[in-house]
Amino acid sequence: MSIGTPQQLEQLHHECSAARDRFQKRVIVCCGTGCLANGAAAIVGAFQKALREREINGFTVEAVKETGCHGFCEQGPLVVIEPQGTFYTRVKPKDVAGIIDKSIAENQVIETLLYKNPVTQTRIERYPDVPFFSHQQRIALRNLGKIAANDIREYVAVGGYQALAKALTTMTPDQIIKDITTSGLRGRGGAGFSTGKKWRTCASVKDERRYVICNGDEGDPGAFMDRSIMEGDPHSVLEGMMICAYAVGSQQGYIYVREEYPLAVIHLQKAIDDCEREGLLGDNILGTGFSFRIRIARGAGAFVCGESSALMKSVAGEVGEPRAKYIRSVIKGLFDKPTVLNNVETFANVPIIISNGADWYKSIGVPNSTGTKAFSLVGKVKNTGLIEVPMGITLREIIYDIGGGIINDRPFKAVQTGGPSGGCLPESKLDLQVDFDSLTAAGSMMGSGGMIVMDDRTCIVDVAKYFLEFLVSESCGKCVPCREGLYQLHRIVTRVTEGNATEEDLARAEKLSEAIVTGSLCGLGQSGANPFLSTIRYFRDEYLVHIREKRCPAGVCKPLIRYEINDKCTGCMACITACAYTAITGKKKQIHVLDQDKCTKCGACFAVCTYQAIDVI
Amino acid sequence: MVSLTINGKLVRAAENEMLLAVIQRERIDIPSTCNHKAVEPFGACRLCTVEITRAEWDGWKRLVTSCLYPVEEGLIVSTHTPQVIELRKTILDLQLARSPKAPYVQDLAAQYGITRTSFEEMPDGDDCILCALCTRVCDQMGFRAISTVNRGHGKEVAPPLHQAPPDCVGCLACAQICPTNFIKYTDKGDTRTIWGKTFEMLKCEETGRPTITRAFAEYLSKHRDIPAEYFQYGDQSHREQTALTMGKIALWQRQEKA
Ligand SMILES: Cc1cc2nc3c(=O)[nH]c(=O)nc-3n(C[C@H](O)[C@H](O)[C@H](O)COP(=O)(O)O)c2cc1C
Ligand code: SF4
Ligand code: SF4
Ligand code: SF4
Ligand code: SF4
Ligand code: SF4
Ligand code: FES
Repeated sequence: MSIGTPQQLEQLHHECSAARDRFQKRVIVCCGTGCLANGAAAIVGAFQKALREREINGFTVEAVKETGCHGFCEQGPLVVIEPQGTFYTRVKPKDVAGIIDKSIAENQVIETLLYKNPVTQTRIERYPDVPFFSHQQRIALRNLGKIAANDIREYVAVGGYQALAKALTTMTPDQIIKDITTSGLRGRGGAGFSTGKKWRTCASVKDERRYVICNGDEGDPGAFMDRSIMEGDPHSVLEGMMICAYAVGSQQGYIYVREEYPLAVIHLQKAIDDCEREGLLGDNILGTGFSFRIRIARGAGAFVCGESSALMKSVAGEVGEPRAKYIRSVIKGLFDKPTVLNNVETFANVPIIISNGADWYKSIGVPNSTGTKAFSLVGKVKNTGLIEVPMGITLREIIYDIGGGIINDRPFKAVQTGGPSGGCLPESKLDLQVDFDSLTAAGSMMGSGGMIVMDDRTCIVDVAKYFLEFLVSESCGKCVPCREGLYQLHRIVTRVTEGNATEEDLARAEKLSEAIVTGSLCGLGQSGANPFLSTIRYFRDEYLVHIREKRCPAGVCKPLIRYEINDKCTGCMACITACAYTAITGKKKQIHVLDQDKCTKCGACFAVCTYQAIDVI
Repeated sequence: MVSLTINGKLVRAAENEMLLAVIQRERIDIPSTCNHKAVEPFGACRLCTVEITRAEWDGWKRLVTSCLYPVEEGLIVSTHTPQVIELRKTILDLQLARSPKAPYVQDLAAQYGITRTSFEEMPDGDDCILCALCTRVCDQMGFRAISTVNRGHGKEVAPPLHQAPPDCVGCLACAQICPTNFIKYTDKGDTRTIWGKTFEMLKCEETGRPTITRAFAEYLSKHRDIPAEYFQYGDQSHREQTALTMGKIALWQRQEKA
């Protein structure tokens, strides 16, 4: 059927949710990129095969839903039995028969498939009780892992497109912009600009054409919030864009997705096609006279293409290089027309703000950063994955309550937030509130939401070097402070890790950083010195140890460390076998000897010694 | 017309004019290596950065790139504040590290008191400062024969696939506009070679002196409605003259478009 009026949408909603409720139980198989990589497709196949062969109490193949990413990929493939919320991790195809026999036919729980809490070592039965989920609050990710990503009926069943209908039939564009402004929603793509203000400016420019663009570039390595939303809940992005288009008076939208996200492109395209077929995109949407179309533009996968002016050039088919924006793109953007550019997560928040109201949204989070934020929590924490938390939560809560603490309970050293050009915060900042302004004040930033946890075995200078290296190669190379400045900054930091830097070099690097920050053309350069500035701010001592004592306290910087065998050595000879450079000699059951001259510091011996008999000094 | 203050002096400028042009007209010495009348402003060298404020900004200041900043009524501009000078010094220091042997860069840096870079000289540094004037002037004329390739620190100016560029007509505009004389070419009377491509030269019927390349003449007569004979009487084959002509053509084109 085609959805030509709000009434027809309402009717379809009832129909679809009835179809959903037809089954007493539903099996959710996570088919996000992470779980797919771990073999989720085979699980789905196993369910289909088993259920096609026999039907159990009316339970058929249709009750098995392939959903988007739950965010807990490392435990995948994940299977959830609803409505009980039974949560199975690391499921294999051979487990499927058991799940059908026990959990579906007989309401039993299969102990061995349950998640084991790494802190308490106890099994947890229900999804909401898993600490990784219980401390989260999911708004932008509300449908991820709940509905089939690739089925518009599933989205409509959970109230999808109701916000659009409400906006189109009961609100004026001005009211929508007011609501979004009042909600306090700030852009989730990095800079945290007020979404309402952006829309207001765009709407106020006199022009007959206007564009709405969704930034799905997500260039930060290790970040996958936007990808998960595009893959797992594409309709919420489309709905957000449609509401925006109506509010600012646009008829054409683009979603810019990077080449590396093929599944996101497929799911978005399917969602767009479905909407066009149902009449939710195209002319005269819901019979209100509003017309809007969306096209996907594919990016070549350069980090800088996420920057707004470069992105718009790329959408227009030119080389994605930033240009200076003294005239902002809300006024003169894509094809020189007024353009709203928002991030995927930003758009995903829009429908629910319209549905639940600005005050509801504003009540979540903290006054200057309302709502929630999605993060990809990675690094040395026990639970890694995609999370969404209310603004104002502390770093400690994220890392210890949701993340379960540091792997092997080693000491925490730093957490890097904000992607490559973000910053590293030390232990003393663990109780810092996570919101736009607090992070910036502490010398880091929200960025798009990468969060990397590091333990005491991480060398902070090495971390700075790593991120600078990324930025040097991702700089577009157009302007001098960024292209040459980041290169030289990286050289200086590299020399620190090699024991070849002086304290004057540090002073020079600080001055250089200022020039990079103030002199660069676009945001990449303007925040490009952050990896250095934030680490020197909190970890100057560690830089100085490298420089003055020629020592790497974390035991990471190769030129500054050496391996030594201590008297815990049992003479097991494992290290001799591991050393490809014949640097270790010794007899069985005798303490071994390591020849520093022959040693290349490859660390192989250290890795194999199970007696802690090798020290990194 | 708008009026604004530059270094304490009230000046007037046409609407839509860029700050740098006004500053230069006022004969204030301000460096810029990526700006040229023949092409659109680009904002790559960042040397033309100046400080701006307004009476109503209550002391709040901002650094902007003057080549790209359109003049505004009531703007208060300072071109040589300590912060701006520091920034220019660092930029010149960086350019010198990239192109230690380029006299053009050496001279500019020396004006700001820098005779040796304080950074690591690039081992394979060359004279190209990546101002992209060459590629932009070539684009502007519609040839698009060369472009910048790669990104980040590995960026360079090159013809497609590092081969003799098929679209090059040998006009020399790129070599002429290049501030560091990095782009090499040879004129042998009958032939001209640039970017590894050799062109036949037309000759002035009166003086016998080479005028422009046949390829260029053909291009102009085909795309610009300029009779081919026109080039047979060109008495100037200096690259200077060529570039000026090209600049003019580019300007017409722009005016036509506007
Ligand atoms: C170098 C650079 C890379 C960026 N990459 C992204 C990105 O991958 N995704 C994104 O949404 N915004 C990115 N941004 C921010 C965008 O330029 C823009 O501010 C944002 O998409 C606006 O949407 P928002 O207001 O919803 O945050 C990047 C900015 C810079 C300077
Ligand atoms: S700051 Fe860096 S990425 Fe941005 S325009 Fe300059 S060189 Fe390109
Ligand atoms: S592996 Fe460890 S314990 Fe075994 S011989 Fe080597 S140093 Fe000794
Ligand atoms: S670090 Fe590598 S080279 Fe050195 S002793 Fe151990 S295994 Fe051999
Ligand atoms: S000689 Fe002319 S056409 Fe050839 S690359 Fe230079 S500017 Fe372009
Ligand atoms: S070749 Fe010359 S004009 Fe071209 S970018 Fe390099 S320095 Fe500039
Ligand atoms: S002249 Fe180069 S940035 Fe303005």
